[in-house]
Amino acid sequence: MARRAGALSASTLLTGGPVLALVLALGLVPVIVLAGLDGAGTQALGPADWAAIRFTLVQATLSAAISCALAVPFARALARRSFPGRRAIVALLGAPFLLPVIVAILGLLAVWGRAGAASDLSRAFGGPVLSIYGLPGVLLAHVFFNVPLVTRLLLQGWQAIPAERFRLAAQLGMGPGAVFRLLEVPLLRAVLPGAFLLVFLLCMTSFAVALALGGGPRATTIELAIYQALRFDFDLGRAARLALVQFALCGAVAGLALWLGRPGAFGRGMGRFRRRWDAPGGAVRVWDGTVILLLLGFLLPPMGFVLGRGAAALVSGPPSGLWEATGTSLALAICSAIGATLAVLALAGLITALPRGRGAVVEGIGLLMLAASPFVIGTGLFVLLRPVIDPFAWALVITGVINAAMSLPFGLRALVPAMAAARGEYGRLADNLGITGLARLRLVTLPLIRGPLGFSAGLAAALSMGDLGVITLFAPPGVETLPLYMYRLMGAYRMDDAAGAALLLLVLSLAVFWVFDQGGRDGSAA
Amino acid sequence: MLRLSLSAVALLTASAAAAQQPVLTVYAYDSFTSEWGPGPQVEAAFEAECGCDLQLIGAGDGAALLSRLRLEGPNTQADVVLGLDTTLTAMARETGLFAPHGITPEGLTLPVDWDDADFLPFDWGYFAFVHDTTTLPNPPESLAELAASDISVVIQDPRSSTPGLGLLMWVKSVYGDEAPAFWEALAPQIVTVTAGWSEAYGMFLEGEADMVLSYTTSPAYHLIAEEDDSKAAAAFDEGHYMQIEVAGKLASTDQPELADRFLAFMLSPAFQEIIPTTNWMYPAALPAGALPEGFERMITPATALHLPSEEVPALRDEALAEWLAALAR
Repeated sequence: MARRAGALSASTLLTGGPVLALVLALGLVPVIVLAGLDGAGTQALGPADWAAIRFTLVQATLSAAISCALAVPFARALARRSFPGRRAIVALLGAPFLLPVIVAILGLLAVWGRAGAASDLSRAFGGPVLSIYGLPGVLLAHVFFNVPLVTRLLLQGWQAIPAERFRLAAQLGMGPGAVFRLLEVPLLRAVLPGAFLLVFLLCMTSFAVALALGGGPRATTIELAIYQALRFDFDLGRAARLALVQFALCGAVAGLALWLGRPGAFGRGMGRFRRRWDAPGGAVRVWDGTVILLLLGFLLPPMGFVLGRGAAALVSGPPSGLWEATGTSLALAICSAIGATLAVLALAGLITALPRGRGAVVEGIGLLMLAASPFVIGTGLFVLLRPVIDPFAWALVITGVINAAMSLPFGLRALVPAMAAARGEYGRLADNLGITGLARLRLVTLPLIRGPLGFSAGLAAALSMGDLGVITLFAPPGVETLPLYMYRLMGAYRMDDAAGAALLLLVLSLAVFWVFDQGGRDGSAA
Repeated sequence: MLRLSLSAVALLTASAAAAQQPVLTVYAYDSFTSEWGPGPQVEAAFEAECGCDLQLIGAGDGAALLSRLRLEGPNTQADVVLGLDTTLTAMARETGLFAPHGITPEGLTLPVDWDDADFLPFDWGYFAFVHDTTTLPNPPESLAELAASDISVVIQDPRSSTPGLGLLMWVKSVYGDEAPAFWEALAPQIVTVTAGWSEAYGMFLEGEADMVLSYTTSPAYHLIAEEDDSKAAAAFDEGHYMQIEVAGKLASTDQPELADRFLAFMLSPAFQEIIPTTNWMYPAALPAGALPEGFERMITPATALHLPSEEVPALRDEALAEWLAALAR
């Protein structure tokens, strides 16, 4: 990567700097506020806390490792085969990790639960009833959420290898093994550590899934301890301490992953249609087909269950208030996507203009948002903002800003490699021609990063669509987002109506994701 | 143009009239304020008689309500808080944010006596294990029998949900120092522990467990709203622990008279009659004869168990430690 230190232009600094400051403030200030509110001294963490820390680390590490291990063959198969329905599969990969937790849990249990399809099958053949509760259940859910996400990130990476490289490899008579070693391993080194990190962070702050499928208090995560400290014990200092522990753990893992990650350097291609010469038929084709079928067999049934339950409920008439909640969520998703896109552009510009080490630090700060507990952020912001503004009046704005910030890490993972490549390929030429600022963005950078940018905007929109987040703390009277509406239906025993709302949420999340993602497509896109 | 400005004037005067009305802000839990909860009907009924604007604000569950108040302190906008329960009132009282209600409640229909100077009850229920009569026709008849059986249950985590905490208190008030032995006996049957009530109830409806911790009145929802009589609560010999939900007036209120009026209204039939089929709990001041059809089919526990709210905090820590020790193996 030909990146010159000191290539930092004023415009990059002026756009990236404030965004960086905002993210840093959103991530850290709430924790500091909570720690400062609590004058009760600092009692040490108890044995239960250490058990929670241990369990959190174990499950997050395993979840991330398994998700990455499964995503590599899956993404590879999808990248080198073309078949009818492939685009639909790639689009569907946006779905699982957008599902509200409770919907995903019920969907997974419909397949893997004690009364689920797999248990029925096992009983039909005289086998035992399946029980996934415990670590297996937690891993199953986290892998279900995250394999599609990692696969999408890897596909973005595969797109970054110029088609000419594969052609050249074929010309030189390389088999799949040599192609893997020379072209795909560098790609994996560039993408996998970051993807691993993202999944790790997501699993760190999961608590409802871990608890429900973990079979009991053995599966307590740090996040649950934070929730308990904030909600039941009102021990703000303890919540802040646990949040700092979470930051420290995530920081250590982030440092390791970003240090391991090496940006790939493939040089420039013509961006033409990609045909994979190294994907022979025979056993390799059977292998690819088997991988795709197996993973679809794992990912589709729970979503099918959500579809079946929800369709039945929606047909019998939508519950009142559904459309208002839908409108609110859609507006929020679109605003959040626009905000996230601008922020991710500014921040990625800053990261790629900095020397590599410092760029990694900046990206690490961007990741802070994922390591932060939503409860801590929400509570801290609430305390901070209440004296200044009416939190109810600004509830949707605050929610939108936090959602956009939460999606930054994903956007950065997708965008930074592409932006670095654009800089490496055309940076000097653009410098020589004196193309700077907006003109450079429009003429040089944007055409090269459209794909990842569309992907990250879609992700931000979809994430915001499915997020329950801080809206619960700030919920103004009469304003509901779709996930909040769904939880309230469940709280009122209306499980069928809730299933209808869940289906709508799933479809809309996929739709907003798809629209933005398509917007960033070029002819050969994944 | 003239018509446009006329309607603008009309709009302005309407909003001015609304602005002159005093505003009473009531914090309640989410499912109270939701479209299917009591909130909308309560708002309409109270506004019809008070000449004020009642603002109901939902804030999570009961525990979230209390932590929200503690965050806001004396600067809170809330005049009244509705939806704490008796496991939380001791902690709520300690904050010093509440003012005595000064009301001597008439005609309370709680199974226990009520003398709390700061809080008034608006509804109550018994915790119970709910089951499906088609798959479990002969449910256990006591906590002891449940723990000795091999019936699977799903419960809520006492660290994040009020029913979960209720079960903890139920077991503690029945077993006292023997509680750890009960939990150890029940542990193998606990399919899982969920963060909130919705996850547990949803899992039970999907068939993941034979029984779920909920309320004796839960089957009323299925009976009345879904015309489904297959769900029932099992009556236990040791008695059932009660959840009493309360409201209180804040000392910092700028509408003390209006807040008092609301609390008095809360115990009147106009409010109480809304509760059964929206909150699916027993109203706190309505004779059994006035309950909607279907409620007479709910079980009536022989013994109502209830710990004085002042004893709850200390007991809670002890019970939680025992629960964790027994289940975290």
